[in-house]
Amino acid sequence: MLYAILCYNDEDVVGSWTKEEDDACMARLAEVERNLHRQGRLGPVARLLPTTAATTLRKGKDEPLVLDGPFAETKEQLLGFYMVDCPSLDDALDIARQLTVANPGSGSYEIRPVGIFHPWMLPE
Amino acid sequence: MTDMEWISQAMSSARPRVVAALLRYFRDLDTAEEAFQDACLRALKAWPKNGPPRDPVAWLIFVGRNAAIDAVRRHARNLPLPDEQVLSDLDDAEEEMAGRLDDSDYRDDILRLLFVCCHPDLPATQQIALALRIVSGLSVKQIARAFLVGESAMEQRITRAKAKVAQAGVPFDAPGPVERSERLAAVAAMVYLVFNEGYSASGGDATMRMPLCDEAIRLARLLLRLFPAEPEIMGLTALMLLQHARAAARFDADGAVVLLEDQDRRQWNGQMIAEGLALIDKAMRHRRAGAYQIQAAIAALHARAERPEDTDWAQIDLLYGALERLQPSPVITLNRAVAVSKARGAGEALAMIEPLESRLSGYFHFFGVKGGLLMQLGRLAEARNAFDRAVALANTTAEAAHIRMHLDRLERESAGAGVEPPG
Repeated sequence: MLYAILCYNDEDVVGSWTKEEDDACMARLAEVERNLHRQGRLGPVARLLPTTAATTLRKGKDEPLVLDGPFAETKEQLLGFYMVDCPSLDDALDIARQLTVANPGSGSYEIRPVGIFHPWMLPE
Repeated sequence: MTDMEWISQAMSSARPRVVAALLRYFRDLDTAEEAFQDACLRALKAWPKNGPPRDPVAWLIFVGRNAAIDAVRRHARNLPLPDEQVLSDLDDAEEEMAGRLDDSDYRDDILRLLFVCCHPDLPATQQIALALRIVSGLSVKQIARAFLVGESAMEQRITRAKAKVAQAGVPFDAPGPVERSERLAAVAAMVYLVFNEGYSASGGDATMRMPLCDEAIRLARLLLRLFPAEPEIMGLTALMLLQHARAAARFDADGAVVLLEDQDRRQWNGQMIAEGLALIDKAMRHRRAGAYQIQAAIAALHARAERPEDTDWAQIDLLYGALERLQPSPVITLNRAVAVSKARGAGEALAMIEPLESRLSGYFHFFGVKGGLLMQLGRLAEARNAFDRAVALANTTAEAAHIRMHLDRLERESAGAGVEPPG
């Protein structure tokens, strides 16, 4: 079984870490990652940039609506994610629109730029 | 992380919201600040014992408000301290507060708190000091260090600034849309002042003042969360991130300035650049150009160039043109001339800046750029003249040292056989 582990925290607090605190935390996490990788149990890892850099595509009856800011609806839950490589936000929004066409109705896609990406691969 | 570390981080990140809400209740900066301090002291006792509250911001606002009201009553009647239990029974209160304070309340509160600091009667340095003290919660000692002045001098400066603000009266009515956007523009300018106070430092001062840049970015992110659809706030945040991303490469080991084209670009902070670029992309979608967005777009073109020779100077020239139209200024024309010299040659650039000389006769960078252009055109005697004037006008030893480097090169070149324009 594959599990996704989603990281939640108060970004005000994390954002006020000093560079040393941040580096130290990332180094501790890197140790955990190397361990899991050696065991062949680690897939891709990403650290997202702050929610202030996020854009949300809101699905609806008509053209999906582009909203500035992160996904804020508490009645809906995170159900999955894609990682895509795009030269600009507009390209990322295009892909989200394609997903909307394939899966219309309600819900949203939140587009968050990725700050750190470690493309660990799971064995086939 | 220990309890104490967690608590102190939670308090510092909650501070702007809490002080802003307390300012709304008490309409007085000192009372709001004292109430916040009081709430923090109580949190230090209560949180390790009871565990962290669900909503630290709401907890601190509620406790701060009650503590201040108690203080006022105590003062009035000279009564003994109230029972700690009375104040610590907060379960219902927290529920109630969290429900009542949504983002739109916070939004005007925080905007007001920041706006109070940019009162037009306050000189820039006082605005910055006040914002760092009141909003960011830096200690007087920390601020004094960043400004390279003594603690008591800074204490006085902040006290004077507070007195002026109190005299002017805090604007308490909820702002209408026009007023809100005016306040937002004033606050954005103040945040950029904080940033530049850190960014313009050089040499040994640079490391001391760097925290100001981080603080300005933190304030900008705070504004952006409150006003997520304002393209100029995105632009401002992006601009500061893209500039600050170069921090590690901007000075050499001796503290001398390293020019953009000579910087080791591998030292640039990739995460800050990625965040800045993402924010510009977001801003552009609004098709409401503004000065911060244009400057950020220029910084983005530098950030996107892996090597200096990859820089899209023609596009930078166009962006400076747009900035000139938006806010005409000889300094912007001067910056544009640098792009023009790369895109279309030094001759055209020189023709562009020559008419500015009377207005920029006291400006170090004007003569630095002019000397550089003349040097490229092989007009060495005139170049030397311009560089000499630049040295005389330099604001920092690093600036002067940089121009002297050019002068030394001129000496060598005029001593040598041929004159080669630098690449």
